[in-house]
Amino acid sequence: MNWISQIGVITLFSIERIGRMGLFLVRAFLCAITPPFKSSWMLKQVWFIGSQSTLVIFLTGAFSGMVLGLQGFYTLNRFGSVALLGPMVALSLIKELGPVLSALMVTGRAGSAITAEIGIMRTTEQIDAIELMGLNPFRYLIVPKLIAGIIALPLLTAIFDVVGIFGGYLIGGKLLGVGEGTYFGEMAAYVRIQDILEGIYKSLSFGILMTWVCCYKGYYAGFGAEGVSKATTQAVVLSSVLILFWDYIMTSLLF
Amino acid sequence: MIQVERIYKSFNGIPVLKGITFQVQKSEILALIGGSGQGKSVILKHIVGLMKPDEGHVFIEGKDICHLKGNALEEIRGRIGFLFQSNALFTSFTVYENVAFPLREKTHLSEEEIRQRVMDQLEQVGLSGAENKYPAELSGGMMKRTAFARALVQNPEIMLFDEPTTGLDPIIARTILDLIHSLHARLGFTAIIVSHELSRIFQIAHRVAMIHQGTLRMIGTPEEILTSGDPVVRQFVSGASEGPITFY
Repeated sequence: MNWISQIGVITLFSIERIGRMGLFLVRAFLCAITPPFKSSWMLKQVWFIGSQSTLVIFLTGAFSGMVLGLQGFYTLNRFGSVALLGPMVALSLIKELGPVLSALMVTGRAGSAITAEIGIMRTTEQIDAIELMGLNPFRYLIVPKLIAGIIALPLLTAIFDVVGIFGGYLIGGKLLGVGEGTYFGEMAAYVRIQDILEGIYKSLSFGILMTWVCCYKGYYAGFGAEGVSKATTQAVVLSSVLILFWDYIMTSLLF
Repeated sequence: MIQVERIYKSFNGIPVLKGITFQVQKSEILALIGGSGQGKSVILKHIVGLMKPDEGHVFIEGKDICHLKGNALEEIRGRIGFLFQSNALFTSFTVYENVAFPLREKTHLSEEEIRQRVMDQLEQVGLSGAENKYPAELSGGMMKRTAFARALVQNPEIMLFDEPTTGLDPIIARTILDLIHSLHARLGFTAIIVSHELSRIFQIAHRVAMIHQGTLRMIGTPEEILTSGDPVVRQFVSGASEGPITFY
């Protein structure tokens, strides 16, 4: 009977955690739609999550596009379809790699910092201090990051996609000889607006997912340096896994 | 003014508070003393509603803070200032911004009025000229003063001090306690001070409560505590290593 009770304990613990995470998100959205709005706090977070991630997104996008250009060229060459290199690179980036890799890179760069920042504020009693001033910490710490994630992720994904497409052209077009007209012309013919929307929907949901998990883990971080470091690791791992899992769910729903 | 009624609190099944009861009158200073880990800070956090007791009540002017939510809780908290052991200063804000924060967010004062209030407060705690410094640039005593100024800036009726002298050298520790004393004389707030600085705290406090093993061992005037026949109280006050209080 012992193992049955163990399963029960684990199940109850998991349900409680999932419920608490769900309530955390609901509370954040409720604060986001009711005044007072902290626009200056939000702009600062858009700058931190968005602007400060531009370089890493640019580099990741460029190399992803270049690899796709290289791999795509040799694969399509076997079937005599190198003319479709442009659509292949563009669709791969717009529908999958752009949203997913952008979200994973932003999780690594900004998500970990979000968890560490909120976690340190928790352990140094700064969050308690905000509460004791009669203020709602969600309005200052969680909502600005959540909104910033929703704004920044689609924009960063767009940068990733554009840079990646040009990275693919650099290799496929300039290095391996696919014509500019063929590369971009076929792309325009095959890429539909629904494909672009799919990428935007994904990046929007990844923006929510990443900030939600990272804020939650920081907000409930354990004590001391160990608690914060553990929370940061958990936030990055959980966000990354959930992004990949949610990507599969969305792909199957949007197809 | 503050009424703590039979509060019990456990963490992971380990009891920390076992039926603590005491009252604090308006403008009174109560010192909470006792060994580390006896639950003194936990009591303070119950008084401001940061923790909820497993059993019992905490009344602030007749209102049970344990059952208050939303605006009612915010209203009560607006009347309480809390000086954290860790200071809890916002590290990305300057001294000025830290002290101005509650005024900017909670009041409709103009920026000029806020500036006047903040500068007055900084002058009261002896921090004039440090308003543009960041917490990382301050000494321990200056950080404590900044936190004190921030806690006082909304003119609270109740001030709670969680080990205000921990980590400070004896001179600065004494200065901080003197500052609390002089500001209490000027502003007349009700105060609860958790401190291990016994010699000075006995001069400042009107009454002293000793917490031991989660219970209120003794409460009385400093004289009553100092002359107590209770071996636990006597050992703690004298700082003797031999006695009924054991350390692990």
